[in-house]
Amino acid sequence: MILVVLMSILFLGGVLAWLSEGLDSRFPRVVALAAVVIDLLVMMALVGADTEGSSWIVQLNAQWIPRFGISFHLAADGLSVLMMVLTAFLGIIAVGSAWDEITERTGFFYFNLLWTLAGVIGVFTALDLFLFFFFWEVMLIPMYFIIAIWGHENKNYAAMKFFIFTQVTGMFMLISILALAYFHYVQFGWFSFDYFDLLKVNTSSAIEMWIMLGFFVAFSTKLPSFPFHSWLPDAHSQAPTAGSVILAGVLLKTGAYGLIRFAVPLFPEASMQFAPFAMTLAVISILYCAKVAFAQTDIKRLIAYTSISHMGFVVLGIYAWNEQALQGAVMTMLAHGLSAAALFMLAGGLQHRIHTRDMDHMGGFWAKVPRLSFVALFFSIAALGMPGLGNFVGEFLALLGAFQASIGLTVAAAFGLIFASVYSLWVIQKVFHGAYRNSDFDDTHLADLSRREMFYFGAMMIGLIWMGMYPQSFLDMSSTTLTNLLNETGQLLSTQGSEL
Amino acid sequence: MITSFNDLLPLMPLLIVTATSVVAMLMIGIRRSYIATGTITITGLLAATLVAVSMMDWTNQQVTPLLIIDQYSLLFTVVVCASAMVLAVLSFPYFFELDDQREEYFLLLTVATIGAIVMVSSNHFVSTVLGLETLSMSLYGMIAYPLHSAKSAKFPLEASVKYLVLSAAASGFILFGMALIYAQTGTLSFASVRELPVAGLGDGYTIVALLMVVSGMAFKLSLAPFHMWTPDVYEGAPLPATAYLATIGKAAMFVVLLRFIQISEALSFDSMVTVLTLIAAASMLAGNLLALLQNNLKRILAYSSIAHMGYLLLALVAGHYVTGTIAVEAITFYLIAYMIMSLGAFGVASIISSSEKEFDSVKEYRGLFWRNPLLATTFIAMLLSLAGIPLTVGFIGKFYIFLSGVEAGLWVLLGVLVLGSGIGLYYYLRIIYRMFMPEKHSQPYRVGGVESVSSYAVLAILLFLLLLFGIYPAPIMSIVAAASAFI
Repeated sequence: MILVVLMSILFLGGVLAWLSEGLDSRFPRVVALAAVVIDLLVMMALVGADTEGSSWIVQLNAQWIPRFGISFHLAADGLSVLMMVLTAFLGIIAVGSAWDEITERTGFFYFNLLWTLAGVIGVFTALDLFLFFFFWEVMLIPMYFIIAIWGHENKNYAAMKFFIFTQVTGMFMLISILALAYFHYVQFGWFSFDYFDLLKVNTSSAIEMWIMLGFFVAFSTKLPSFPFHSWLPDAHSQAPTAGSVILAGVLLKTGAYGLIRFAVPLFPEASMQFAPFAMTLAVISILYCAKVAFAQTDIKRLIAYTSISHMGFVVLGIYAWNEQALQGAVMTMLAHGLSAAALFMLAGGLQHRIHTRDMDHMGGFWAKVPRLSFVALFFSIAALGMPGLGNFVGEFLALLGAFQASIGLTVAAAFGLIFASVYSLWVIQKVFHGAYRNSDFDDTHLADLSRREMFYFGAMMIGLIWMGMYPQSFLDMSSTTLTNLLNETGQLLSTQGSEL
Repeated sequence: MITSFNDLLPLMPLLIVTATSVVAMLMIGIRRSYIATGTITITGLLAATLVAVSMMDWTNQQVTPLLIIDQYSLLFTVVVCASAMVLAVLSFPYFFELDDQREEYFLLLTVATIGAIVMVSSNHFVSTVLGLETLSMSLYGMIAYPLHSAKSAKFPLEASVKYLVLSAAASGFILFGMALIYAQTGTLSFASVRELPVAGLGDGYTIVALLMVVSGMAFKLSLAPFHMWTPDVYEGAPLPATAYLATIGKAAMFVVLLRFIQISEALSFDSMVTVLTLIAAASMLAGNLLALLQNNLKRILAYSSIAHMGYLLLALVAGHYVTGTIAVEAITFYLIAYMIMSLGAFGVASIISSSEKEFDSVKEYRGLFWRNPLLATTFIAMLLSLAGIPLTVGFIGKFYIFLSGVEAGLWVLLGVLVLGSGIGLYYYLRIIYRMFMPEKHSQPYRVGGVESVSSYAVLAILLFLLLLFGIYPAPIMSIVAAASAFI
């Protein structure tokens, strides 16, 4: 029931925020903030809950469409809870980053923001594949509106591209889901879309591979992973800051979550066969996008490409499919959620202040805005994987696990860390050091971070330091889920893992 | 033969609609009153809907060799009558200030509905042709209705003549095919096709006959490559007439096609499967691709309707391969979904338009969301539903189509469906994006005509159904499943 409450708070909060605009255009943001904060507090009831051996903390199963065995099946385990907490936390950050930036049509903006978050929570908790797909698509529409209405100069193109990429690949996943349900029907004589029922379906290996690919395409578009990544830089560079925060921090994680929860456990054999290929794609993502990032002059596009590069480590970890690698993947998802969100907020903050994203026009900001520059340095260093911060733990574990699966690919992927240092420091050097230049823009609004902004960044810093210094508190939460997943598919791994 | 009152009872909805047209005609003869004629029409159609609903549980009989009144035909009688009523409500304010005689429009609408009811109840070629021609003849009139109005829609006469000529040619095809079948079997019921001799004149003869019938029907359904007339006719006709043609006209024809294909077992010929597969793929691609380049809302909806008919045809082909009724259910559900979302989309356009000035260019919807959020939200919901996005009935419909395709293993057609839907997103989103753009100038909508609360009310009902069937489809699914067992 608590899961329904979590979603309803956001759905209703969204409606309320929209309605409250009629009273005063400043009300929606207050309503939105209240909704996400309450959500986070309610969620805390799930953190560290006693599960008595089972990995599922709460479950809710109600009939929905009995004709096809579709049920309203929600459940949360440690992994879901981690992801939900990340979602609500970044939800607060997103509301904060929109606080002053969004001045027009505020009611509808916060409505969309909250509905996106609600859809994401649905994705993280749905255990019926039809329901999962339902939420998967539902979170797209409000995100489309956020980009299309409050975006920047080329918003129509970016929003359209985002929507078409994710929707079309989503349809491939729908076909896969239906095929799986149909094979369940053939095997057991009744339709079911339930996760636990579908885990039992046996199919021939060729068919399994095709069905698995349907899932993989949808998830790796969302991640995104090479070669389905081209929508992300456009979406990020055009989205308003709060949109970028949600997109980078949360929406991308749904793809990785889908791989861990569905793509691999449902099709262990096909996934193991496919693993070398997926890991290769991951390595290409890491290296290629790091290289492309280096060539960008638009600061948001640059961060977007680094995002893709870092998400490569997640895919690498998932397809290595051992405990360390999976822990690493989950840790990277969390840490990257915070660091990428922070970097996009900084870029958005800069754009808000000087009305350009072009780094060629920037330089020497440290003297003018020291606090902002320090924060930028901190999160750049976090993103490049400095020991002591969350990203390092995640990427290190992912590489450690991947090393057991494939030495060559891991070595190649590790170069990504070096590239990350190069482009991160290059950005710092270019934007914040050197002589101050303001010939190309109006710097009258170039103010340092306000207290409110410092508060948000401070919260994210604490999060990253906590993850880096004491990762065990996060690892503990997801470990039951991950070991259970590994046990279910473990037989296959031990026979085939050595060949990778 | 009809011998007793009991035999007439199943025909009640048909008789009520017929009586409505007679009463309306007499009313016009006695005293012209737009309001009275409209009220009579709407009341009659409502009564027919309710009677058909009440009959659904216990009626299942063949009335004369021509008409079959079972749950399936009654389900579509309900859909047709309810849609006609919605369109009558929407037409009322639209034609309010037409500078010509306005009352006969309702007469045409009612007569067209009689034709549609006959079609959905038909399992015999004679009733098919009777229904089809009654429907088409009335539609010619409806399309050309504002002909004498000085400021009316742009090309009603061109549209009407185009539709008349091409539709008559299509009817000719159907009749020729029927004649070929009749020449061999001596009867005109759909079932007779199964008895066509394979020896003698052989397979080829049967296939030619079937192809003739199917291509004629494909023409009326505007399936590619028989779709050329659609955009021009849609654009030229006044909005409520376009909506009638696009919803009831298509649905009634598809029900006939479905019954014909199922009863005649036409798909047991491989070449028929090939032909229908090609038509389906061509429609999905052509409809979606050609819609990309359009700037006129009616033309976009015309092309999108071609694509939607293609989706339906996919399920029809799937019906040959699957066991059970899943394909028929898919078609039935999707047709109902299609009716709801098309009526909604055309409804929004016709609410802001009138016979004096139609707002049918995509440009004119700029900023609608900020000017009239409720109307725009309804429109967005309809468009998203047409695109097959969850929370709406269109998604459940797509889900059905996908499911029947997967069960039948039609992977290529499914691939085309994904591709087509992907392309389709572009033009639906383009309209939605327009509605969100900041308004430049506030040109008032609705030049002429009147504001009518009832049109907003029917739109609200359509939106409610769209969301209800999209979020909690279980009840309608069981109705559809029960009815589909009769095909």
